[in-house]
Amino acid sequence: MKSFFTKQHQKLIADPMGDQNPITIQVLGICSALAITTQLENALVMTLAVIFVMTSASSIISLLRNHIPNRIRIIVQLLVVASLVALVDQILKAFLPDASEQLSVFIGLIITNCIIMGRLEAFAMGNKLWESFLDALGNAFGYGWILVAVAFVRELFGSGKLMGYEIPGFTYLYDLGYMNNNLMILPPMALVVVGLIIWMQRSKNNDLIEEN
Amino acid sequence: MNKESNLYTFLFAIIMVLVVGTVLAVTSEVLQPRKKQNAADKKMIDILSAIGVDATRNNAKEKYTEYIYDASIIDYKGNLIEGSAFDIDVLFQYRDKTLLPEDKKYPMFKARKNNSEYTIIPMVGSGLWGPVWGFLALEKDYNTVYGAVFDHEKETPGLGAEINTDFFEVPFKGKKIRNSLGQFVSIEVKKGGADKGSKHQVDGITGGTITSDGVAAMLENTLEIYNNYFSRINFSLNDTIIQSLNNNIE
Repeated sequence: MKSFFTKQHQKLIADPMGDQNPITIQVLGICSALAITTQLENALVMTLAVIFVMTSASSIISLLRNHIPNRIRIIVQLLVVASLVALVDQILKAFLPDASEQLSVFIGLIITNCIIMGRLEAFAMGNKLWESFLDALGNAFGYGWILVAVAFVRELFGSGKLMGYEIPGFTYLYDLGYMNNNLMILPPMALVVVGLIIWMQRSKNNDLIEEN
Repeated sequence: MNKESNLYTFLFAIIMVLVVGTVLAVTSEVLQPRKKQNAADKKMIDILSAIGVDATRNNAKEKYTEYIYDASIIDYKGNLIEGSAFDIDVLFQYRDKTLLPEDKKYPMFKARKNNSEYTIIPMVGSGLWGPVWGFLALEKDYNTVYGAVFDHEKETPGLGAEINTDFFEVPFKGKKIRNSLGQFVSIEVKKGGADKGSKHQVDGITGGTITSDGVAAMLENTLEIYNNYFSRINFSLNDTIIQSLNNNIE
């Protein structure tokens, strides 16, 4: 059991959540982080979809890594990711039609999420199943918590709701003259919120600041 | 076998594609009935929203059968034709550029709510960035608007996208599609605000002019066709009234 979850394994999960975060440090997968974070629910569904696609893709590629011909390895990776995404899309359409409608093209665009291809090529192609799975899980969570955090801020201040439900205390605020900030709903504010997270992260860990 | 040989590469690719293709095809087939049901539920919810009935995915079918008592199809000239009105996808017809207006089928739904009868018409048109669509409910006179709902695919948030909000939809209630002489005039979505007291205008959306114009064009193009049918019905209505009057005189 000890070798099953060592310090190194923990690092595989913890690093992408923090100092190796795909969005805030590596600046990958930004497009979807900007586009679908107006509502918490969408961010959660997107996160679940990415977790599923990443862990499955990494596991499959890791299992096949010694059999994949080198010349077509990128195509094989793409094929695996694309079919998993198509699978997710079908399942959402059948079981969560409203979320599927809201996310529309962005589910399909998971295929182009740089984080996934990046981890497949950089990690799963050269590591064993368990490590690849953990690495994918860590990166997917690292992507997901940023998404959820941004969506939380945007939905709360943009629509005065969370998960689509009104916040009880807000009615008093409205009486006091508070208004929802419509700017929060627009894409630029996602960039600003992500920027704020990056700022916080770097002020906590000075090693992350580039010297120039 | 040599992993880098052409034969191996080809074999690997072929096997991968076959496996993936089979998995996806099977999933799609298995989930097909559910997806169809979801699309149908959504359509029922949309139709019901035009007469102000809120339905959810759970009770869509129930409410639909409760309120909608008939559905029919007309052709371009307003003649009733055979077929299943619910299965006609107006958005699909609209996107098919090879279809002439004469070739399209125009569905309509009859609803009964609080002992009043309404006719619900699906509409589709073009906004700024993509299609806009909606449902219009007319009262028994086939003239007065009882309710209207609109939606869009990708209009600008805060501007054109506002067509699916109450502030745009509610003013349609009570408007008329024909003037006092019985001529078809449609409903204008007016930039700068509707004339006070006008029965044929609603306020356009500031900053969403192209979307507003798209909605107006959609209303005119669609209602014009349905009006062919309505005027025919109204004439026969008038005939029966005259007949009964005559009978009374005798």
